[in-house]
Parts: sequence; structure tokens; C-alpha cells
Amino acid sequence: MVKLIIDNRPVEVAEGTTILKAARQAGIHIPTLCYFELAGMNFENKPGGCRVCVVEVEGRRNLAPACATDCMEGMVVHTNSARVLNARRTVVELILSDHPNDCLQCEKNGDCELQALAKRLGIKEIPFKGTQSTYKKDCTLSVERDMDKCVMCRRCETMCNKIQSVGALSAINRGFNAVVSPAFEEHLGDSSCVNCGQCVQVCPVGALTLVDNISDVAKALADPTKTVVVQTAPAVRVALGEEFGMEPGTIVTGKLAAALRRLGFNYVFDTDWSADLTIMEEGTELLGRVKKVLNGEKATLPLFTSCCPGWVSFFEKNFPDMLDYPSTAKSPQQMFGAVAKNFFAKKIGIDRKDMVVVSIMPCLAKKSECAREEFAVNGNRDVDFSLTTRELAHMIKQFNLDLNEMPEEDFDSPLGSSTGAAVIFGATGGVMEAALRTAYEIQTGKTLPRLDFTEVRGLDGVKTATVDFNGLGVNVAVCYGLANARAMMEEVRNGNPRGFHFVEVMACPGGCIGGAGQPYHHGNSDIIRKRMEATYREDAGKPIRKSHENPDIVAIYKEYYGEPCGHLSHEQLHTHYYDRSTKVEVK
Amino acid sequence: MTKIKTHVLCCGGTGCKASASDQIIDEFQNILKEKGLQDEVQVIRTGCFGFCEKGPIVKMLPDNTFYTQVKPTDVRKIVEEHIIKGRKVTDLLYLDPENKQHVSDSKHMGFYKKQLRIALRNCGFINPENIDECISRGGYEGLGKVLSEMTPQQVIDEITKSGLRGRGGAGFPTGVKWGLCAKNKADQKYVVCNADEGDPGAFMDRSIMEGDPHSIIEAMAICGYSIGATKGLVYIRAEYPLAIHRLQVAISQAREYGLLGKDILGSGFDFDIELRYGAGAFVCGEETALIHSMEGKRGEPTFKPPFPAVSGYLEKPTNVNNVETFANVPIIITKGADWFNKIGSEKSKGTKVFALAGQINNVGLIEVPMGTTLREIIYEIGGGIKGGRQFKAVQTGGPSGGCLTTKHLDTAIDYDSLMAAGSMMGSGGMVVMDETSCMVAIAKFYLEFTCEESCGKCSPCRIGNKRMLEILDKITKGNGTMEDLQELRNLAGVIKDTALCGLGQTSPNPVLSTLDNFWDEYVEHVVDKKCRAGVCKQLMHYEINPEKCIGCGACARVCPQEAISGEKKMAHHIDNMKCIKCGACHEKCKFGAIEIK
Amino acid sequence: MANIKISEKNLKTVKEICKSFGNKGGEVINVLHKVQGEFGYLPKEIQEAVAMELNIPVSRVYGIVSFYSFFTMQPKGKYPISVCLGTACYVRGAEKVLDELKRQLKVQVGDTTSDGKFSLNVLRCVGACGLAPVVMIGDKVYGRMTPDKVKDILGEYND
Repeated sequence: MVKLIIDNRPVEVAEGTTILKAARQAGIHIPTLCYFELAGMNFENKPGGCRVCVVEVEGRRNLAPACATDCMEGMVVHTNSARVLNARRTVVELILSDHPNDCLQCEKNGDCELQALAKRLGIKEIPFKGTQSTYKKDCTLSVERDMDKCVMCRRCETMCNKIQSVGALSAINRGFNAVVSPAFEEHLGDSSCVNCGQCVQVCPVGALTLVDNISDVAKALADPTKTVVVQTAPAVRVALGEEFGMEPGTIVTGKLAAALRRLGFNYVFDTDWSADLTIMEEGTELLGRVKKVLNGEKATLPLFTSCCPGWVSFFEKNFPDMLDYPSTAKSPQQMFGAVAKNFFAKKIGIDRKDMVVVSIMPCLAKKSECAREEFAVNGNRDVDFSLTTRELAHMIKQFNLDLNEMPEEDFDSPLGSSTGAAVIFGATGGVMEAALRTAYEIQTGKTLPRLDFTEVRGLDGVKTATVDFNGLGVNVAVCYGLANARAMMEEVRNGNPRGFHFVEVMACPGGCIGGAGQPYHHGNSDIIRKRMEATYREDAGKPIRKSHENPDIVAIYKEYYGEPCGHLSHEQLHTHYYDRSTKVEVK
Repeated sequence: MTKIKTHVLCCGGTGCKASASDQIIDEFQNILKEKGLQDEVQVIRTGCFGFCEKGPIVKMLPDNTFYTQVKPTDVRKIVEEHIIKGRKVTDLLYLDPENKQHVSDSKHMGFYKKQLRIALRNCGFINPENIDECISRGGYEGLGKVLSEMTPQQVIDEITKSGLRGRGGAGFPTGVKWGLCAKNKADQKYVVCNADEGDPGAFMDRSIMEGDPHSIIEAMAICGYSIGATKGLVYIRAEYPLAIHRLQVAISQAREYGLLGKDILGSGFDFDIELRYGAGAFVCGEETALIHSMEGKRGEPTFKPPFPAVSGYLEKPTNVNNVETFANVPIIITKGADWFNKIGSEKSKGTKVFALAGQINNVGLIEVPMGTTLREIIYEIGGGIKGGRQFKAVQTGGPSGGCLTTKHLDTAIDYDSLMAAGSMMGSGGMVVMDETSCMVAIAKFYLEFTCEESCGKCSPCRIGNKRMLEILDKITKGNGTMEDLQELRNLAGVIKDTALCGLGQTSPNPVLSTLDNFWDEYVEHVVDKKCRAGVCKQLMHYEINPEKCIGCGACARVCPQEAISGEKKMAHHIDNMKCIKCGACHEKCKFGAIEIK
Repeated sequence: MANIKISEKNLKTVKEICKSFGNKGGEVINVLHKVQGEFGYLPKEIQEAVAMELNIPVSRVYGIVSFYSFFTMQPKGKYPISVCLGTACYVRGAEKVLDELKRQLKVQVGDTTSDGKFSLNVLRCVGACGLAPVVMIGDKVYGRMTPDKVKDILGEYND
């Protein structure tokens, strides 16, 4: 233990604790800007670059960054001396002097960490007038970039390279012209970007934001010729409440359904329903491949999940030689769209062109996924628009509603019923657990002795387990973060030494609950943890917790698809992947 | 075998090379051959003699005749007169500006009298591409001594006792630094030589590498032995092709002689050296940035700790020293710490090499004992201010240093006194300025450099220096206010206090020191809208004094804008609407008739 | 992702250089030095090819190229001109020489004349402070420069 004095208060902390954390322990909150940590989730960004957290350490010539300076025995620290306050204010004024003054029109208005900092420091004017950086604005189908607002905290760069290993973003140039950018300052959409959007989730300011589709959806809702169908993803219901002042981890499933109905959606359905459908298809595919191997035939193992569009884009761009590994099952969003526009439109007697399918997703990559050419029929998309949890919250507010005041309502039938297995899709390990529940029972013909596969739960970046399928050991792995996924793919490419049969991959920290479309967690991993707890709580409370027992799923196979991985489901519920890697054109 | 009777040492440093020293050497070879003297006279291309102002230098041994400003056409005369007839070529000898006497031996020249050459001991004496010449002057004796007689700890103790401090700028005790790295256990450690000399007015490291590359190799091996490293890396500017070439030659010769490689001198100690190339980033002089650059990354500094001694190149313990620091090491080992620590001042031992430049008579590379005063350097070694003008300021430490003035002339320079005076030792640039330099413009010049070279990682340096530059620009254009001067001071203070790395923290020094020492000049720019040096174009114009103008028309002929008119033999006139203030007329006029107003 | 359009010959050169450094990502700066030495500059497709061969993101390669001033994406003129703006040259009037070069060549610093003959750049200290101010054209050093010498030295390059 190390003893030191911070602002005249004695503090005792473990060796290796930074001044920032020691001060927090003593109830002293030193402001930060570039510093960002997801505790327990292997994400830490502390370049020591912004210099907002500087403090005075007696005996040192210069001020020290609290985020990067370790406590030492006998240290005397001042976090609020006149010298510190002047330096901190000047530094923030400098940052503001190279930042546009358009907070009112900014997507991050109210959610901006720089705005909060300026407010906290009571900054009323910026004494420095000078050149401001200007860059071309850019967007993909998911992410908008306005680098005029960049404060060079480098969080996005760390996320894109260290956690995701996507490598689309890097700091470029130097000095005043330094900024984070794709190579050659070209479009992010032409880079190795997979639209996971985690850069947006960690950006403290409005430099990286989402592509807003609220007006597209509002227009469809106002169009009397359209039947507007909405589906909402598992992770939305455990996070939306945060936007309305509720405690993180509050489950708002019923209120969500009520709010969607009041927004004017004609049918309020649930992506959980199609998550159950996904399990039927993907689980069957897994068993099929395993059986082949057991029979001595050739089959590609492990099967990788394919629900996460960031991940799908990632392996298409980075592992073109391994496109036969991932499951061909579409993601729940796209399965829902396919069912809605093929089966349900027919059922209610309208043309698919008159139906608009909207998805509410915790995700930015879903916006790009629904725009893929293969998910449209003659240009008419299966899912027309994808809104994020944050956009839905904005929309509810714009429609003069308050989620707190909503009654509890149910989803509509038949695409609205779901099981606990579908709910846990939202958390890392959830798809795996849901698949195991179904695959076990189909494979062994026995009822599972216990439903909770706790060994694949939790916030570790990589989890592995061997599950006993009545004497057959099934080796599974679960990972989130695309760098972990990359390592897994490389391991498999090198002969799959650990003999995995089934691997779940989610791009975002903690899975979809930590998705880029969720309310900003501002580096508080407790929020993600609470969303996860809520997810398993919701599962535990469900009367049916296995996908193959969902009566509406059973019914649709009977009525429409026949059997999982059958002819029609291959046509509608499965997809194929494309080599999207960089190629050399020799001229 | 014919005995060599005469050695001709010809400077092959960059400055002299630029003035045709290669042709001079060729010419010597040709003419000697023609005269059949090629076996009696040996021509040697050496490193820098230091006296660049008077280059190219040719020195004759054994009589130490020192010829200055030699041209290829002078070679025949030297051969025929000096070598054959034994008569000195008087008009190529240095002319003492004081007594107008020719001086033939460099020992008696003002430029060399006060110098003490330790780091530069071999520069100008040996052919740097010949390891035998180096060995004959004591090269690799130090390495031999440590490998045969000393333990690693004894080496560290000796260096610590010598009082040697880092010559790259900050002056950290070298022995202590080695000791820190030595105590960290690791399967691999690295010795790095920082040869990314980026100070825009300094070239001492390059001169050492060009003139005595073996001293660096030897020192790195000694360091490797003492800290337990077997790999050395020289991080050298790609813009230094000659230094790179000479190091490469020296490394391969050292390998050939078993002074690098496996089992050096049969001691069981392995050590080898590779070169890594800098790519033009001043910030890479900072050791953490340098390490990142060597790892193939952007050269951005990181916060210390961890220090490189704990986690450096490839996260292994790494010791980084600069070229000049290393150049001192072998001779400390051979002559002993007690010899070294008697030289210099109380807290700064030994000597320091300076690149003396600017408005001074004797531009060149000098080495003086720590504690020498600025006055001695400028007036005795430097020969005073060019053209008999007034001394105004001397800048030390490059972009990290400050501008000192007349009141500092008797300061005995060492690390601590320069720091106390608001400047710093830096790597050893020393630029002398006279009344034709505007101190606001000088501050702006350095800040432009810092802004260009800032890595952009921390906000105070990235944005703060830009804002300071904008304020200075405003002042030099006549739009400054007294509040701006206040803001400059505050910003400079905050940047010093908060920037991430040593370069950012020292970047406001040129501004702070000029604010302190030349406050009147700032106020003049702000209040009177005047630049007394006539440098700030917006604050000055040229006028022709009709009393002095004789109407020769020379000014009108050089004017690129045809802004000057006048009848022949009558006083001329400048049209200020057309004038672009290029100053060509001012320089051309022999009668001082064109005045800055 | 965008495809790389590159000539077979250039691709071969890049591949060979990368291979000589063991195709290691950590060697990227050394590779870029060599590659620039080969091509004179580092156009986009060359950087993309280097990234591919070293198996590192092209954003990282560009991040490095745009950081270090020695690396350039602009082809240099037939006769590259460098004006030393080190302190010694600056206080002896290098800026005036630079202004005159800009005026006569009608280019800004960093640009190449429209006929591709001269490119104009500044550098900091070539170590010939004794000759300040100094201008380099190619490898040739011109010392003790003044604005009125500019026309003559440019005249030496009339092909």
C-alpha cells in the first residue's frame, strides 16, 4: 500500500494506483477528457494527451497528468491549486479555440463530454481567436465524421486498432494538422471499416456520430399508403430506459412496445422472435456439420455465428479464404425482414412494396447490413430502415412521449412472441447459450438438466467451454471485440488446435448490450454489466426459455417453412458471403 | 619502401565538401603523381576541423601549417611551394584580424586558443574511414580496458564519478542512467545512440560521426558491456548521408577487427550495432518518441514513467545517449574519471561542443570546457560580430532554449547557469545575433519551427503553440495589443507546465526569454508599430537618403519591381506602392543611402 | 475495400523490398525509406502495396508517411531545390533568398514548377553553417547566397 496526501487529505491506495483513481477513492473527481477505460473489459485509452487532468505534485517541476501518474509513497498532490486551475482552464480554452461553436445543432448536444467540461469549469468565453481546423465531412451508411470537432483524444483510434484490429483509423499528419482519419483522408466507407461504430460509442464529442434515420421513419409513419412494421432487438429493452433517466439495467420491454405503438407503427413485433428462428436454423446447421464429421464426411468446423453484421463485414474483408466457416443463417434482423416481407405481407394481403420494415437496434452496423443488395428484392429492402436505441429515444421525445409514463403492453402476434433464449442474444455468450439449449435437446433427444450455461456468461473477452452432449464433447468459444475474433480465426486457420466446434463472435464490448447504438456509457463498464444482469433476469423470468419450444416458431415451420435448413428457409433465411478484401489490379 | 615525409589533411566535412574539398583532394593526388611524390606524401580526407568559416581547410603535417579557404586552383601552388620547396604559401594562411599578421599554426589562432577538444579529439586528425588511424590514436583502448580489467559495475562507477552528463540537452548524469538500465533484468537490452540531431542550428553530432565514427562504436560497446546489452542501434537522420556512410564503413571495419560481433577481444562479450534511419521529425530527439520511431510507429512521445531503462525498444530495457555523450566515454575510461572531472565547472564536468553560427566572424564547430563565458566564446573564439556591428543576443539550446543578452555575456556556461538564465544547453546550437535581428521575429521563427515539428499529441503543444504563433504573427504585422503580450506570457507558462514531453515543455523558452530580455522591443512593435531591426516588413519601409545617394542607379537595376526611379547622378526615389521590401537595393547600395524607416 | 491499381513492375519492386525486411510490420519505416529511394516519392498505390506486403493497415502506413517530413507523396522536380532555414541561415537572410526563389519560380514551398523542372522545399540545417545562407540544388550546395544570385544559379540548369 502507498500513502499520500491529496488536497490535504491522507489517502491510502494499492501500489500502481494512478493519482486519478486514488483521488476518486477520496471523493475528489479530477476532470478528464482523453482518458477512457472500460474497467474489466481490457479497454484503456490514456495517451496523456489532453492534459485536462493535470495536477500539482510537490517537488516536481511540471504539472503531472493524474490519469497516467502512479501514486508514490509520501506524495503531496494538489488538484485544485490556483496553478492547476489556471492551467486546466487554459488547456480547455485552447481545445475550445479549435472546436466549432455549434453545440445547439450538434448531434452530441447534451451528451458531449467537452460541453460538460466547459460547463463544469465555468468557461464563458474563449480568449484565443485563431485558425480552426477544417476537414471534409464524410459518412458511411452508419457513421458520420465531422473531424472539425475532433479533440485528438485518440479513443476511436485505440478502439479501431487495439480492440477491433480493424485498422481503418489512424492519427495522420502532425502538429496542429494532426487528426484521426482513414488513409489518404479518403472515405471511411472505402476503408477497412466494418461499421461496428465503436468509434462513435467512445467519441467524447460530436466528431463521430451515427447516420440519423429518424426522418426516414417518421416519413413512412406519416404515409397512409404504407403498413409500417417494427421489430426491436433484445439489447434495446435493457438500455432504452437510461435515456429517460431510469437506472441502468431497468427492463422496459412492455413500455417499449407501448411507446412504439404510440409512435404509430402498425405492427409492433420483436426481433426476439426471429432470434428464436435463427437458433433453429443455425443450431440445425451446426448439428448437420457435426454429424457429417462424426460420419467421417468433410465439413467445415468450427461454425462461427453470423448474427453480428460488424463481424460479417470483418471476415469478408479480412478472411476471404474462410467464408465457408460462418453460419449461412441470416441475422435475426434480416430473418425478421425476410419473414415480414415474404410471409407476413402475404398473410395480411399486401404487396411487399407497401410494407415498411423498421428495426430498432443497439447497433450501427445494422444500418449497413439492411442496405446490402442481397437483402432486397428488386431494390425493395427486407428491412427498410434501422434505428438505434438512441434514435428511438430521440424519436419518442420528439413525439411528445415519455417512456416513464408508458403502460406495459405486449408485442403483436405472430412475430412478437419469444423465449428466454432469444432475450440473451443481447449479451456476449447469449447466442451460444441459446443454441446449446436447443442443439443439445435436438441432438440428444433429452431434456437439458440445467438451462444456465454460466461458463459462457460474463464480460471476459474470450470464454471457452466443453459441453457434454451425452458423451459427445462439444468445444465452444465465445468472444467479443474483433481483435479477439481475428486471433480466433487465425488459430482456426492454423489447424484449429483446440478443436472448436462452435464459436460465437460479437464485435462490441459485452456483445450487443455494449453496441454502438446504445445510450452512451461514457466508459462506465458498470452500465454494461447492469444491462447484462437485466438480460439474464429477463431470461430467467420467461415461461419458455428454449427457442424450439416457441409455439409461434413451431407454427411457422408447420405452416410455411417446413423444416429448419429446408428448401424455403435456405431461400429466405440463409445468405452467402462475398470476398470483400483488397485486391491488386495490375495495370 | 619510401618513407612518408608529409601528410596533407584535407577536411571532408559537409561544409568543406560543399566548397569543393573533394576536388582539392583529387587535385592533390593528380599533381603529386605528376611530380612523382605520391609515395612520400599522403593525402588524408579527415573529419571537420571546426573552423568552417574559413573552409575548406588543408593542414600540412608535420609542421602544422594551416591553410584556409583553399581552392582547387591553389593546390599546385601548395605542392610546388610548400611540399617541394618547403616555403609556406603565405596568402593561404589565416590572417589575424587584430594585428593583420599571417598565422600558420592553428594553436596560435584566436579560434583555437581557448578550445579544449575531448569529444572532437580525433576530428581533423584521422581518416575516419581507416580504423588503423583511429587505433593509432588510442581508439578502442577503452573497450580493451573495460573488457580485460573492469567489471560492468566498475565501468558505471567510473562514468558516474567522471560527472559526465547527457549532452543531448537535459544533462542527466550518464553513469546514473546506465546504472538504472543495468539493474533491470531482461533477456535482451538495447543501447541506442540518438543521432537524430534536429536542432536547426546544430551539427556537432554529425561532425563527430563524420570525423570519428569509431569513438561512438567503442562507447556503445562499453555501454553495452556495463548494462548487459548485446545489441546497439544508432538512430540517425536520413538527411546525413555522409555520416551514415562513415558509420557503415566503421562498423564493418570494427567487425573485421573483432571489435564488434561475437566474443569481442576474446572476452566472451558479444555486441553488434545496426543503423536505424530517422525520417525528419525533430520530436524524435525525445527518447520515447525515438524508440517508437525505431519500432516503425509515428514518433510520438509517451509519458514517463515507464522510463526506457525499464521498458524501451520492443519493451526491453534500453539506454539512450546522444552522440556527443558517447564520444566522451572512451577517453574517460582510458584517462580516468579523475582526469575528466577536473575539467569544467562544479556541476558540469568536461567540455561542450557548440555549433557557433550567425552574425559572427568565426562560424564553426568549437569545443570548450564547461564554465567558459559567453564573452570568451563570442569575442575570443568567435572573433566578434560580423562587420563590426553590435552584439544583440545569443541563442543557445535551439528551439528549446532562449535568447540571452549583453547582461549574460559573463555567465560561465554550464547546464545549470543556462537554465537559470532562462535558456538551456540543448544539443549545442549557439547562434549569435546583432542589431539586424528582430527579437520578436526570432521568437516567431522558433515557434514556427516548433509548430511544424510538434507531434500533435498533447493539446498545449498542438494548439497552444499555434495560438502563440498567431499572436506573434499579429504583433509582427503591427496588430498586437498589450493584452496579447499578457496572453503570450500566460500561454507560455501553461505550455511549459502542462505539455507532455520535454520538447513541448521547453518550446515556450524562445518566447519567454525574449519577453524577459527584450520586452522593449515587443512594446515597440505593439505601441509604436515599429521594428527597430527593420525585419518585420509591415512595420518598415525603405527610403533613399538624398544626401547620401549619388545616383549611380545600382539600386534601380536590382529592384525586381522597378520601384526605384531617378535621373542619373541625381538622388533616386522608391515608390512604396510598388516596393515589396525584398531588401535587394539596401544590400546593393555601397553608400548606405537606402535607409530602413 | 478499394482495390490497389499498380503496375506489375512497381509491385514487384515493393514486394522485393518488403521481403528483404522479412515482411515485418515493425520495419515499415525502413521499408518506406527504401521504397522512396526507389520511386522518388510514395504515391498512394505504393503505400497500399507496402501495407499489404507487411500485413499492416494502410492507415498506419499513411499515418507514418504524413508524420515524417522526409517522406513525400509529391514527385520531386528534376532539380529539387532545398533552402536551408536553420537558425544560422535564417539570421543571415535565408528568408529573402527563399522569397526570391518563390518569385522567380512562381511556386510555393512544397510545390513543383509546372514544367516539372524544379521543386522547392525548405529544410533545417544541412550543417554548412559556415556558408550560410545555403541553398541546395540536387546534391550541389550553394553557399553565401543572396537574392541577386538566385537568377544565376537557376541559370545553370537551362538544359
